[in-house]
Amino acid sequence: MSRFNKGAGREMPEMNTSSLPDLIFTILFFFMMVTTMREVTLKVKFEKPVGTQLEKLARKSCTSFIYIGQPTDALKGQFGTAHRIQLNDKYAEAPEIYDYVMSDRGELPEADKPFYTVSLKVDHHTPMGIITDVKQVLRKAYALKIVYSANKKQD
Amino acid sequence: MGKKRKMPGLNTSSTADISFMLLIFFLVTTSMDTDQGLARTLPKPPEDDQLNNEIKVKERNILNIRINKDNYLLIGDDYSTLADVKERAKEFIKNADNKPNLPELKPKKIKGLGGKTMMVTENHVISVQTDRGTDYGVYFAVQDALVSAYNELRDELAKEEFGYKYEFLTNDQQKAIREVYPQKISEAEPKKYGGQK
Repeated sequence: MSRFNKGAGREMPEMNTSSLPDLIFTILFFFMMVTTMREVTLKVKFEKPVGTQLEKLARKSCTSFIYIGQPTDALKGQFGTAHRIQLNDKYAEAPEIYDYVMSDRGELPEADKPFYTVSLKVDHHTPMGIITDVKQVLRKAYALKIVYSANKKQD
Repeated sequence: MGKKRKMPGLNTSSTADISFMLLIFFLVTTSMDTDQGLARTLPKPPEDDQLNNEIKVKERNILNIRINKDNYLLIGDDYSTLADVKERAKEFIKNADNKPNLPELKPKKIKGLGGKTMMVTENHVISVQTDRGTDYGVYFAVQDALVSAYNELRDELAKEEFGYKYEFLTNDQQKAIREVYPQKISEAEPKKYGGQK
């Protein structure tokens, strides 16, 4: 008859989990805000150059991406190892960028058009000739704001 | 009859599972990578009548950086390495000793610094020329070094004038600093050297 043993048959009260969904929803919304949909499957592989003086890309919604690099290992047999340009989901030649820019920019609301930026994600072994061609096309298309995408140097 | 029955509470214990699934779905389909890079503005496409009369820039106002297809660097007339680019650029932009082979210093009144007159190399241009075979990585490293040269000069001036680094200044103060050290990196018209490649 100890006085501490009086609740021998009592069960542990269940924890109230009614706020758990709210918690998870909060995390969910957080992730939806800070991330963006992965928009393309990459067909080129590239290792971005490293730099120290980088700026963050201001508005991802007004940005088009151009990928340049060697075809991925799976596609190497078919397309060889020459550096290729990728727009959306397929390989393209430099002149096709003109239409790509025009249609991408056309979809933006009028107020966002001045902020339209093209981000060049380029492998650091790519010869400049390709990039020069791309830049000439971009100038012709009046897509004058570009970003050389890069990784921050780890020190 | 007509006795009000209490509505039983909806069982919500699976809501957590549902939202977990949504969460995991979003984790898988989205990418977190924040895109960073060097922002550049390309020049407008050349008008037809402009082609013939290229803008003349005095020779002392240009710093030519050339990179050949084997990734060797030529700054001005000297062979050079990537490590030198920043120092050369800083020396060129600032021209502290008013040397005759570096860009002209011109007095400029700057409102943001209380109307102080600064000697500014207003017309300097840094031009980076590459071959078609140059590695993009080298070109990028040069661009990065140039930007860091500008940033260091701006930081120095900002500390002198305001006591803080450039990035901590207000917009107006930053603008004043930018007037002293405007960023002028030219995206040169491409040239073809040495036959086909």
